[in-house]
Amino acid sequence: MAASIFTAVPRAPPVAVFKLTADFREDGDSRKVNLGVGAYRTDEGQPWVLPVVKKVEQMIANDSSLNHEYLPILGLPEFRANASRIALGDDSPAIKENRVGGGVQSLGGTGALRIGAEFLRRWYNGNNNTATPVYISAPSWENHNSVFVDAGFKDIRTYHYWDAAKRGLDLQGLLNDMEKAPEFSIFILHACAHNPTGTDPTPDQWKQIAAVMKRRFLFPFFDSAYQGFASGSLDKDAWAVRYFVSEGFELFCAQSFSKNFGLYNERVGNLTVVGKDADNVQRVLSQMEKIVRTTWSNPPSQGARIVATTLSSPQLFAEWKDNVKTMADRVLLMRSELRSRLESLGTPGTWNHITEQIGMFSFTGLNPKQVEYMIKEKHIYLMASGRINMCGLTTKNLDYVAKSIHEAVTKIQ
Amino acid sequence: MALLHTRRFLAAPRLAAARASSWWSHVEMGPPDPILGVTEAFKRDTNSKKMNLGVGAYRDDNGKPYVLNCVRKAEAMIASQKMDKEYLPIAGLADFTRASAELALGENSEAFKSGRYVTVQGISGTGSLRIGANFLQRFFKASRDVYLPKPSWGNHTPIFRDAGLQLQAYRYYDPKTCSLDFSGAMDDISKIPEKSIILLHACAHNPTGVDPRQEQWKELAATVKKRNLLVYFDMAYQGFASGDINRDAWAVRYFIEQGINVLLSQSYAKNMGLYGERAGAFTVICSDAEEAKRVESQLKILIRPMYSNPPLNGARIASIILNTPDLRKEWLVEVKGMADRIISMRTQLVSNLKKEGSSHNWQHITDQIGMFCFTGLKPEQVERLIKEFSIYMTKDGRISVAGVTSGNVGYLAHAIHQVTK
Repeated sequence: MAASIFTAVPRAPPVAVFKLTADFREDGDSRKVNLGVGAYRTDEGQPWVLPVVKKVEQMIANDSSLNHEYLPILGLPEFRANASRIALGDDSPAIKENRVGGGVQSLGGTGALRIGAEFLRRWYNGNNNTATPVYISAPSWENHNSVFVDAGFKDIRTYHYWDAAKRGLDLQGLLNDMEKAPEFSIFILHACAHNPTGTDPTPDQWKQIAAVMKRRFLFPFFDSAYQGFASGSLDKDAWAVRYFVSEGFELFCAQSFSKNFGLYNERVGNLTVVGKDADNVQRVLSQMEKIVRTTWSNPPSQGARIVATTLSSPQLFAEWKDNVKTMADRVLLMRSELRSRLESLGTPGTWNHITEQIGMFSFTGLNPKQVEYMIKEKHIYLMASGRINMCGLTTKNLDYVAKSIHEAVTKIQ
Repeated sequence: MALLHTRRFLAAPRLAAARASSWWSHVEMGPPDPILGVTEAFKRDTNSKKMNLGVGAYRDDNGKPYVLNCVRKAEAMIASQKMDKEYLPIAGLADFTRASAELALGENSEAFKSGRYVTVQGISGTGSLRIGANFLQRFFKASRDVYLPKPSWGNHTPIFRDAGLQLQAYRYYDPKTCSLDFSGAMDDISKIPEKSIILLHACAHNPTGVDPRQEQWKELAATVKKRNLLVYFDMAYQGFASGDINRDAWAVRYFIEQGINVLLSQSYAKNMGLYGERAGAFTVICSDAEEAKRVESQLKILIRPMYSNPPLNGARIASIILNTPDLRKEWLVEVKGMADRIISMRTQLVSNLKKEGSSHNWQHITDQIGMFCFTGLKPEQVERLIKEFSIYMTKDGRISVAGVTSGNVGYLAHAIHQVTK
C-alpha cells in the first residue's frame, strides 16, 4: 500500500476530562466515585432528565404539526428572544431599546463562544486583527484557550484569578492585569460559578472590575454556563452581566442550557450580543450569519424547541425554575455536608472554601500527588487540578470521600 | 442614556473618538443570502398561483414538508425509551457513525470490514464538510488548493475559505448542452497539480443535477489517481437521487476500490428529511486501522473547540432507522418514493412543455438527477417568470424540482414556454 498522506499525523492526547470518565467506567472497584465531568447527578448518582423537559418533550412528540424543516441560520426566533431575555432580565433597558442581538442560537456554550470568537477575530479592533490580546482567567475551563486559538487569535494571555494560598479570588492581581492590558483587549469573564474554582467576585468586586474595564476600553465576553444552577436564582446568577449592560458596555454573553436544562446532548446555547444601538446590532448579526453558515449552516432544532416552549409558558417556566432550584439546593447540601465532615475529621487546613465556593465545582486545594492518590488508591476520580464536581457526591458516598480526602491530605504532601 | 454619553466624553479625547461610537461602527452589512432572498420575495407575493422553486427541501405532491413515516416511528421509539441527555462523545453516537460508514461504503466493502476508516458525527453536510476542511488545513501540508466543479454548491467556497484553504475550479457544466462538459473536465483535471484536493459531488450534483455516467466516473478515477489528487466526496443525496442507495454511492465505492483513499461528507437532511436536526457524518479512508485511530484523535481535537460534541436527536433517529431492519426497509421504500416523485415531475414537466408547443430541446430536464435542475433559462427569462408568473427561482435558472407538484406542473410549463418561445 502506498505511503499515506496521513502517515505523519500524530496521535493526539485525549481530552483530559473525558479520559477521566473513561477510566472511571473501566474501574471495577465498587467504591468508585466520579467527581470529574461537569454533569448533574441525583442523590442516586444518576443523570437527571428534568421533569419539565420530559413533559415538554412529550408535548413535542405528540404534536404532529411539527416537522423537521431547517431553522433560520441564526436559530429558532422564540428560542433566541427568550434565551436573551433570561440572561438580561425582563425589564432590560437594552432589550427595550432594541439593541440586543437576541441572540445567535448555537451548539451549546462552546458553539456560542466559537461564533463570538470568530466574529471578534474578523471584526473587532480593526479587520481580521489576530493580534488583539485575549485574556483568560488562570485557571479557566480548559477549552477556552482552544476556542480562541482555533478562531485565529495569536496572543492569548492569562489574568490572575485564583489565589491558591488563600483559596479565594486574587482581586488585586486581576485588577492589575486589567490595568496593564493593552486597550481593547478581550477578557473572558465567567458570569457566575467560575469553572473550575467556584469562586466568583462579589457585586462590589464586579463593580471595581467594570470600572477598570470601562476606563481601559476592554471588551467583556461573558461565559454564562450555570445561570440558575449556581445560587438557585436566575436573577442573582445574572447580576454581573446585567450590571455591565447597565453600565453601558457593548458585550457578548455565551449562554449554555446544558446544565440548567440538563440538555447536555442536544447542544443548546445562545450568543447574546448587546450593542450601542439597533443598527450596529443588525450589522453584527448579518456578519455572524455568514460565520454560522460555514460552520454548521443552521442549528439543531430539538433542544431549542424544548427551551423555547418552556420559557414562553408561565406555568412551564415556573416548573423549570423549581427544577433548577432542586439541582442547586442538592449541590449546596453536598457542599455543607462535605465541609462539616472534613472539619469533624480534623482534616488539616481550612475547608470553608467548600461552602463559600459556588456552582457545580469546587477547587479543593488538593495537589496533583494527592489527586493521584485519590484516583489510584481510593478510586475517586477528580481532575489533576484538584477540581471536584459536587454533583458526584451523594449521601451514600460522602463519608468515603471525606475520609479519603483526609487520608490524602495527611499522608501525601 | 445621557449619563452614558457623559461618561464617554470624560475619557481622553483621542480615545473618546474611538469609543464614542460603537465597537461595530465599521462592520459592514453582510450581503443577503441569494437563496433566502428568493424565499423572502416568495413569502411577500400574494398571487395564489405562486411557486417557490428556490427551496432546497423536499415537498410532497401537495407542496407540503414531508416527515417520513420511518422517522415518526423512530421518534416514538425514542420517546418511549426515556433515555438520558448525557453528553455524546466528541466523535458522536457510535451506532450512528458505524451505520453511516456502512451505508456509504457498503457492507461488503473491504475498507469498512477492515476498519481502516474513521467516521465522526458532523452537523449535517455543512458541519461534516467543515471538519474535513479544517483537518486538511491542519494536516495536509502538500497543498492549500481545493478544486471545485464549475459550478458548485454556493456554500462550498466560503466553507473551505474560512477553513484557510484556497479555491480553484475545474470545468464541469456545459451551458450549451445543459449537461456534463466531460472533455473539459478531463482536460482540466489532468492538469491539476499533483496532491491538490479535488471535491466531487457523489451524486445529484448541486446545483446542476448533472452527474457523470459510470464509464465517465471510471475515467475520472483513473485520471485522479494518475495525478495523485486527494479526493473529497460530498454526498448529500444518497438514495434521494436515483431512489437506490447503492447506485447513488457507486462512485464513492468505485474510487475506494481503485485504491483511492477518499474523504467523505454525508448528510441525512434530504434522504431522511432530517433537515433541522443536523444529522451528518465525516469519513476518512485510511491506510489501516491504526492510522484511523490517529486521525480520529486529531478530528476530536478540532471538534472540541467548535461545539464540544454533536447533537443527539437527529443522529439517534437516523441510527434507529439504519439499525432496525424493518425501519431500514421502510426507509428505503420512502426514499425511493421521494426520488420517484421528483423523477415523475421532471417527466411531466417535459411532456407539458411539449404540449404547450415548445420547440426547444428539454431533454436535460429528465437527464439531470436529484433535487435540482439547471433549466438553461437566462436571467432575463427568470426575471419574467418571477414578475409575470410569481414563479420564484435563483437567477442562474436553477429550480428545485421538489417544489413542483402535479397540481402546478402545468402552470410551470406554460410559464416557461411563454418566456422562451
